[in-house]
Amino acid sequence: MTYHIAIDVSSVLRRTVCDLYSNLVTRPTGATVRKAIEEALAEQPEPNVTVIDFSHVTLLDFSCADEIVGKLLDAYQRAGGTPRTYFLIRGVHDAHLEAIEAVLERYDLAVIVQDDNGAVKLVGTLDDGARRVWHLVRQRGRVVASDVQEEFGDPVEDCSRVLDELFARRLVVRRDDGGVALPHAS
Amino acid sequence: MTSVITVPPSLDDQTFEHVLEQLAPLPVDQKILVDARHTRWSSPYGLTALLTLGQTRSERMSFTGPETEETASYWQRAGFYEHAEKVFEMHGHVPRPRAAASESNVLLEITAVARSDDVHDVVEKIQAKAQAILVNELNLDPMATMRFAMTLSEVCQNIVEHAGTTGWVAVQTYRYRQRLGRRVVVIAVCDAGIGFRKSLESSQGRKLSDRWDDAMALEDALIRGVSRFRDPGRGQGLAGVRRYVGKWEGKLAIRSGTARIAIVPAWEDDVPLREGLPAFPGAQVQITIPERVVQR
Repeated sequence: MTYHIAIDVSSVLRRTVCDLYSNLVTRPTGATVRKAIEEALAEQPEPNVTVIDFSHVTLLDFSCADEIVGKLLDAYQRAGGTPRTYFLIRGVHDAHLEAIEAVLERYDLAVIVQDDNGAVKLVGTLDDGARRVWHLVRQRGRVVASDVQEEFGDPVEDCSRVLDELFARRLVVRRDDGGVALPHAS
Repeated sequence: MTSVITVPPSLDDQTFEHVLEQLAPLPVDQKILVDARHTRWSSPYGLTALLTLGQTRSERMSFTGPETEETASYWQRAGFYEHAEKVFEMHGHVPRPRAAASESNVLLEITAVARSDDVHDVVEKIQAKAQAILVNELNLDPMATMRFAMTLSEVCQNIVEHAGTTGWVAVQTYRYRQRLGRRVVVIAVCDAGIGFRKSLESSQGRKLSDRWDDAMALEDALIRGVSRFRDPGRGQGLAGVRRYVGKWEGKLAIRSGTARIAIVPAWEDDVPLREGLPAFPGAQVQITIPERVVQR
């Protein structure tokens, strides 16, 4: 069973920094918010899909995007091991996205972003081969290596390797039936 | 004996250099009077840079403001005198604040920035006024308000993170007559702190090249996104500012120490890099965003 957790970043900001603020600006603010998110996540059951919700955040500057999104995701990624926590970002507008994309590029990370209608897209750095496989997973809901081979004609070992990479980067989950799916759809 | 530094009639980032040229040869403990009696106009850069000037000498400088009522009153409404009284020994007439005397050209009065909370306050304040002016009057994209506030946040954070002293920020709009003939919105952020070169030198293990000077420090920070901090997320703030300024066909100029670097748009005559300027502590940033011409 995968647990679904939602973190309203604006509430964390108001609770930990100042209840009058709606803007995520400055590094100290970002660091405080990230630490609060990390503490909250430490108490959550695993495996889980954690939605980081920016809906009520007016402004997100580069420094805060780095502290909250960049450092949070980077820490989980560098911890290694079998992924037990997956991230999804929600409630971002274009200016938020610009800051988040710039940060992800610096860390060589990618994350799934969900829009208000529930549609998801990949943001960040991922090579073209892995990206097209991720899109196939999104399109089909569940795939195994042979599905990827059938679709793109690559050797099945290569297809398995790409699925492993997507799993290691927390962009897909492994299901009990051997297939992979997008985290929020698991 | 007191030396008199004459402030030019029109004070902006270019003419402020005349002030520094007069100041440079004077010993740090020299008694100085900064004389702005004949100044008729100042950009926000001029006003914030004047305040930083007041921080740079061991002997507190004297200051006398514009003689014309209109100019003095504008400087008062822009918040200059409130801060000037803290850094200068004031002489002559100091206009008193009047109730409800807000200035429509002033998006952000001169505001002191020293801590992270100050940056929050600046961003909260600017959002209220920025939408109306940037979108309705300068024809910028509605999303520009967000990007503008992000830009402001990042440049103000440079003071908090690198200056080690209080700096000032101001945002105003005015008609830029030189070549452009359009309205502009100008962000000025000035401090008299440690400056870019010393900030980058404080990075542990950083190798300095033979040609290490203020100009190279500015190039490293602005062009190559180098920061004194080692973690990979650093150095994005100025890179983001540079991107936005490029998108708006705006101009970004940073002066630090003896050099000044600029991202110069097609509508401007300025040079990208100036070296050998009179030494001045800290960093002085000016961002100029022009009105977008709507094609009919």
